[in-house]
Amino acid sequence: MKRVQFERSTVPYFFVAPQIAIIAVFFLWPAGQAIYQSFLLEDAFGISSQFVWFRNYEDTILNYAWLQSAGFTVVFSSLVTFFSLAIALLLAVKANEVLHGSSSYKTMLMWAYAVAPPVAGLMGNLMFNPFIGDLYAAMNAMGWDFNQKLDAFDAGFVVILISVWKQVSVNFIFFLSGLQGIPKGVMEAATLDCRSPTKRFWTITFPLLAPTTFFLMVINITYAFFETFGIIDTTTRGAPGGATNTLVYKVYTDGFLGADLGGSSAQSVILMLMVLALTVFQFRFIERKVHY
Amino acid sequence: MSTLTLSGINKRYDNGAHAVRGVDMEISDGELIVFVGPSGCGKSTLLRMVAGLENITEGEMKIDGVRINETSPADRDVAMVFQNYALYPHMTVFRNMAYGLSNRGMAASEIEAKVRETAAMLRIGDYLERKPAQLSGGQRQRVAMGRAIVRSPKLFLFDEPLSNLDAKLRVQMRIEIKRLQRELGVTSIYVTHDQTEAMTLADRLAVINEGKVEQMGSPMDLYSDPKTLFVASFIGSPHINLLPASFEAGQLQVGATALPGFEGLPEAVPLMLGIRPEHIAQHPEGGIEISVDLVEQLGADSLIYGAVSGFDSAEPEELCVRAGEALQLAPGERIKLNFEVDRAMVFRTDNGERLV
Repeated sequence: MKRVQFERSTVPYFFVAPQIAIIAVFFLWPAGQAIYQSFLLEDAFGISSQFVWFRNYEDTILNYAWLQSAGFTVVFSSLVTFFSLAIALLLAVKANEVLHGSSSYKTMLMWAYAVAPPVAGLMGNLMFNPFIGDLYAAMNAMGWDFNQKLDAFDAGFVVILISVWKQVSVNFIFFLSGLQGIPKGVMEAATLDCRSPTKRFWTITFPLLAPTTFFLMVINITYAFFETFGIIDTTTRGAPGGATNTLVYKVYTDGFLGADLGGSSAQSVILMLMVLALTVFQFRFIERKVHY
Repeated sequence: MSTLTLSGINKRYDNGAHAVRGVDMEISDGELIVFVGPSGCGKSTLLRMVAGLENITEGEMKIDGVRINETSPADRDVAMVFQNYALYPHMTVFRNMAYGLSNRGMAASEIEAKVRETAAMLRIGDYLERKPAQLSGGQRQRVAMGRAIVRSPKLFLFDEPLSNLDAKLRVQMRIEIKRLQRELGVTSIYVTHDQTEAMTLADRLAVINEGKVEQMGSPMDLYSDPKTLFVASFIGSPHINLLPASFEAGQLQVGATALPGFEGLPEAVPLMLGIRPEHIAQHPEGGIEISVDLVEQLGADSLIYGAVSGFDSAEPEELCVRAGEALQLAPGERIKLNFEVDRAMVFRTDNGERLV
């Protein structure tokens, strides 16, 4: 028997080393720490800690505040994702009918994306300020007894509105380029085959946009889960009564403001598992329906 | 079973471009009309106006005597085969063909039967469950044809459907299109820039140049009796020989050579003498002399190219002769040629009008 021998070299390991180091330092180590911490209970001053097995998890899951936060996160993420995609798609379809490749104009539409979430939150805060906020005044003028500081629904409305506003622009750009990537001939053939523009949209345009939509859905869910932290922190801070507390924001308040590192870590681990499950679901079940 | 009437059709774009200029045309039932012309001449625009993909700036369009200017594309009952096939990439071949039918409210069982019948006719029956991406160029072309045929439309429109195929497949599909069109007897318009395709397919040919129909007629009429310089130069392969000429003292002056046999032509006007390559023959006392540059042996005949004597050597005039049998000529050799005066054509260079 002759065995094929390849010369072993250490060079390839050097090439992957930076990437491995980054993953290790910024993901594996903190994730490991979070898992380890989630089994510990600290004293109020953070001096000693004690191993408590799954007590932190029990406390977390069975806690009303956590369930409320999880519920809000699901509703919030779904609504933000749905509306930022739907509004962007509607605008892109309308724009595509009149726009013919004026790229500088399109790039300018992207500006709202460059606004950092906390800045968007501050702007929203001003607009909904009870004393000088125009939107606050407008809502009340329309007969809606609007007050985001007291009413959970109104508070949710404010954070969703700001989160959607910030995300619509980037979704719009992606949808628009997706629409412009559909071969003109295909749309023309559809014009000859189908009288109704609405039916044409759902049978031809929308399926051909599916890869874009799927990509944006993944991006937007991630955005709604994590990046909206800045918006919540600069507007409602989870108020009133934890009604706008997303899971990520709760991790922060419990861990860094409440000094409950163990409980906060347990919540992070659960959040990590939720995102993992969501990602698997997206790629297993939704991507299968996507035609590239 | 339909006729199409175009009267005074004009197309102006918002940027001022005048793409189609006053086209009048009567297409009778079951005819295959080919629009041929160089790229950018407006032939595709005209076809797309018939389809309803471009609106009509001016003029009237009628199918079976009914005005269709304002009718939506789907209601005109026309089917189009696009250059890049334009199949729906996310649908199977079956759904591609069924899409237009189901949108017209046809029953599922009837759709199934029609699609299968059409697919069998085009020999794509085995591919019905495949997506377009899994098909070869020729198969996609057939599916595109099938999608048009299955609807049994009043009009077939073909927009350069063969230009994405390789040469061999193109000839095959050309024959097939002609055969199908005969069998189905559907009035058709076919757009191409390839004059061979145009000549072989057309019942009647419309040569289009700068948005105007230069001449319309059967392929042979256009070949033997072109009305303008453009039509003469566009139709025919190899191209017609065109030599700048002038009429002086009752004789046609071509370069330094005076050719007898022409009468009553205007003097002091730049003219163009047009002779088809097959109307020239070697003759010991011929009036035109060329020095041979190149001989192309095509088997049955050969093409002899050479520079005409009597022209400035800085701007030589090339002449092509179709010789019946393989002549053994060496480059640089000088031969004398004669041509059939009654089959030669004379055009005015300035407006392209044919005089003789």
